[in-house]
Amino acid sequence: MPHAVDYPRLRELLDSGAQLVEVLPEQEYEEEHLPGAINIPLKTLDAASTAQLDKRRAVVVYCWDGL
Amino acid sequence: MSPRAACRLAELGFEEVYDYAPGKVDWLARGLPTEAPQRERRAGDVARDDVATCTADERIGDVRARVESSPYGFALVLSAEGCLLGRLRKRALDGEEDRTAQEAMEPGPSTVRAHEPLEALLERLRDRDLTSAVVTDPEGRLIGIVRRGP
Repeated sequence: MPHAVDYPRLRELLDSGAQLVEVLPEQEYEEEHLPGAINIPLKTLDAASTAQLDKRRAVVVYCWDGL
Repeated sequence: MSPRAACRLAELGFEEVYDYAPGKVDWLARGLPTEAPQRERRAGDVARDDVATCTADERIGDVRARVESSPYGFALVLSAEGCLLGRLRKRALDGEEDRTAQEAMEPGPSTVRAHEPLEALLERLRDRDLTSAVVTDPEGRLIGIVRRGP
C-alpha cells in the first residue's frame, strides 16, 4: 500500500537514495522539475516505462499538488 | 495524479512506494532549488534574511534597538520554530518598553510564497504603495523579505 508523505519525510527518503518520479506530462516536467527526478507521465506508466526503476528501492512519485 | 501513479506502481510489483502528496507546488513554495532551463524570477530568489526578529516573550525595549540597526522599520515576531506570529511596527515599538512582543504585535501579517512571480509581486507592492513583502513557507516559517526598489 503506497504511503503519502510530506516534505520532511520526502527529504529523508531522498537522502536515503529513493528514486524520484514526476508523473506530470512531459512538457511540465521539461519546464521545471525537482532535482534528480525522472519523468514517467501517468498516461504512459506501465511495466515497460517503469523498467528503468529498481523495484527493490523506494520510489517516490509526485505531481503538481497530489490531485 | 500521483496517488493513482503510486497505486499503479504497487500493482506493478514495486515494494516500497511513496506519494509526495503536497507535490511540486509545495517544493516550489519552500523556495527549494529545481532543474529548470528557463524560468521567471520568483519571490524566493530575492528574499533577504536581514529583518529584525524576536520571540513573543521579548520586551519591546530590547527589540527596539535591533530594529533601529536593520534596513526595515519593523520587526517580525517568530515562534521558537521560526513560525511567523506577528509584526511590530514603529508605533508598537515606540510604546511601553516592558510590554512583550506578543502584547504589542499585529498578529497574522500577510505573506507570500517563495514561488510567487517576482514581477507581479513588485507591481502589486507598487499599486498598494507598500515597500516590502514577507515570504513564508507552507508551515508559516519565515523565509525572508522582498523589498521593492525605488
